[in-house]
Amino acid sequence: MTQHGSTSIRNGEPCNIADIPVLPLDVFREQIIQAVKDGSWIAALHAVPDSETNLRAYAVLAHSSSGSLKLLSTQLPDSFESLTPDCAQANLFERELAEQWGVKPIGHPWLKPVRFQHSNREKQVDGSQPFDSDKLPGVSDFFQIKGEEIHEVAVGPVHAGIIEPGHFRFQCHGENVLHLEIALGYQHRGVERAMIGGPNARTIHLVETVAGDTTIGHTIAYCQIIEALARANVPARASALRAVSLELERLANHTGDLGALAGDVGFLPTASFCGRIRGEFLNLTALLCGNRFGRSMLCPGGVRFDVDNERVQEFSVRFEKAVSDLTDSINLLWQSPSVMDRFEDTGVITTEDANEIGLVGLAARACGIETDIRTDFPTGIYRFSNISTATWHTGDVFSRAFVRWIEIQRSASFIRDQIKSLPQSDIRMELVPLEPNKLVVSLVEGWRGAICHVAMTNSAGKFSHYKIIDPSFHNWFGLAVAMRDQQISDFPLCNKSFSLSYCGHDL
Amino acid sequence: MIDILRTRIKQGHRTIAYPMQAVNMPDRFRGRPVIDSAKCVTDCKICADACPTNAIIQIQNDKPQIDLGRCLFCTDCAEACPNGAIRYDSDYRLSANQREDLVTTANDEARPLVDALKKESLRLFGHSLKLRQVSAGGCNGCESDVNVLSTITYDLGRFGIQFVASPRHADGLLITGPVTENMRTALLKTWDAVPTPKIVIAVGACAISGGPFIDHPEVNNGVGNLLPVDLYIPGCPPHPMTILDGLLRLLARI
Repeated sequence: MTQHGSTSIRNGEPCNIADIPVLPLDVFREQIIQAVKDGSWIAALHAVPDSETNLRAYAVLAHSSSGSLKLLSTQLPDSFESLTPDCAQANLFERELAEQWGVKPIGHPWLKPVRFQHSNREKQVDGSQPFDSDKLPGVSDFFQIKGEEIHEVAVGPVHAGIIEPGHFRFQCHGENVLHLEIALGYQHRGVERAMIGGPNARTIHLVETVAGDTTIGHTIAYCQIIEALARANVPARASALRAVSLELERLANHTGDLGALAGDVGFLPTASFCGRIRGEFLNLTALLCGNRFGRSMLCPGGVRFDVDNERVQEFSVRFEKAVSDLTDSINLLWQSPSVMDRFEDTGVITTEDANEIGLVGLAARACGIETDIRTDFPTGIYRFSNISTATWHTGDVFSRAFVRWIEIQRSASFIRDQIKSLPQSDIRMELVPLEPNKLVVSLVEGWRGAICHVAMTNSAGKFSHYKIIDPSFHNWFGLAVAMRDQQISDFPLCNKSFSLSYCGHDL
Repeated sequence: MIDILRTRIKQGHRTIAYPMQAVNMPDRFRGRPVIDSAKCVTDCKICADACPTNAIIQIQNDKPQIDLGRCLFCTDCAEACPNGAIRYDSDYRLSANQREDLVTTANDEARPLVDALKKESLRLFGHSLKLRQVSAGGCNGCESDVNVLSTITYDLGRFGIQFVASPRHADGLLITGPVTENMRTALLKTWDAVPTPKIVIAVGACAISGGPFIDHPEVNNGVGNLLPVDLYIPGCPPHPMTILDGLLRLLARI
């Protein structure tokens, strides 16, 4: 459907690349700014070479209340007027364009590399260095505040705990943080580049490890891409088992994060209980597919593992025990004044700021924004069995913790319903070769938020381009905003309340 | 307070009895891959072609061998084999000291397990091993299942093994991830900061061989090309029991 110089599609619906309108640069720019003002969010903004010299930029604008995805494109010149001053959501997308393709968004307020990866083109524009240099993420210019008693604190990439690497640079006045800049890229493994030319034997395994704690989320997004391009309708039973796996992944991670939040404020009962209970949910995933993180559970066309009545029975018994233990454990948090004192009013983001920087997922819902792919852009079983969106309005650490708890309860009752009434059907179907010259967008509500994959096929039906946008890509900047005017000692707590992925961002 | 105590009592004692008692692995758990010689047809390449990481080594006129250092323990080869000759058993004890010992042999039973550290190292670390964990491109799968060893379920501290916040306090590094180019310098600096004598433990297919990212120009195909590895723990990610088993064998605790 083409209207007003753009094409509208649904989540998981392929469209001809030739049907996507090529707009003049200024119209493209204006349409994005206007759409975001009207309530859309930028799901993707990326560039693909049309020929050796031409670069074409594509934007995917997601309109939550209508469930439509607007596609538009333009020929991208070597330099262009930056969107970011008029549309803050474009910030990281434009930095990525500059890094990957050596183009220059003129007027971008803080143009520096996103992942410190090598440029896809030899072509460089004046002033776009060090995009193709061998500089490391922590070794670049950081925003600095000058003044008496202002000091800088540098943390990472190797941290105190068992977590992934990233670099955090704080500008402090005493204990107070005036500004935090986050430098990532240490985890860059070249995933998107390796997707090109696929699918092949390795493709799904790259997707499973984009963010290893979100294996199910990212792999569903990938499977939806393949199924859209093969015009396949996944059997109902497979759809239900996928959703059960996705909600289990949410339960495990939310449980782990609530436990870790308790640990960060020194409330050890919930910290140690949740550490164990998280494992029970991972073990339930292993009961389904043999792997605690859902590796090999999914395949394009369905799922690889079925459940019989005996397995459902064992699943249900262990599941109810875990949820019951979890409920006791989490309720201790809300009853403990020492916990609430540290959670409340820490790391606040206002609804306006959250909208402006384009937060997604649970971080956005904790700022009172009703956004959830499962409701707004539903696919699979979510088209028939809805999970109502959980929000809270305070935007602080408490809000991010509390929204997790509401989501845990709703996911638990969803799993309970699904596992007892699994549709009778096959679990997997054979797929035909992928359609050539198509573009498809696939959105999934992972436990952190909106996962977006955009695939384009060439004339042979192979990937000519594959874009992965983990929710962390949208939300890392939110953590930086949340830290303003906070004590630096609250950083671990704020960081855990977002619990973002480093490798999902770095790809 | 009374609620905390009540909850504590209800949660019960949760630490597994291992190593005093054996542990039950999930029935679908994929431990050691086994090739059934009777069903395997020589000079057939179907499983090797299906493998995402070239973990299956084809040998002329013999059944193939599987390199556990590359294996993702996925289902691709088992599904592809037309004769159903490949399956996984439930053995989680997969670690090895030498890279080449990770390759399954024709007679799987004879495969060497982990040798304990040499006498002097064992005297130093046998009852107290402090490790600094470095994630160098890990996807948070291995990191999560290393982290889980410190929960009450496994209670790693009871074996005298602990993860510490600084390399200065550590007796060695436990490394995950394929070692991205962007993390190489940070990893080597962390290694230099650990006082000698020190050990290296590589956890997961990525840290051993590069895993799904093998031969990407952005990664170093694991830690083996950069540092001397004392223990390889395969898996994608390894089950916590696989990691625990490897660590305890290295310290001659089992």
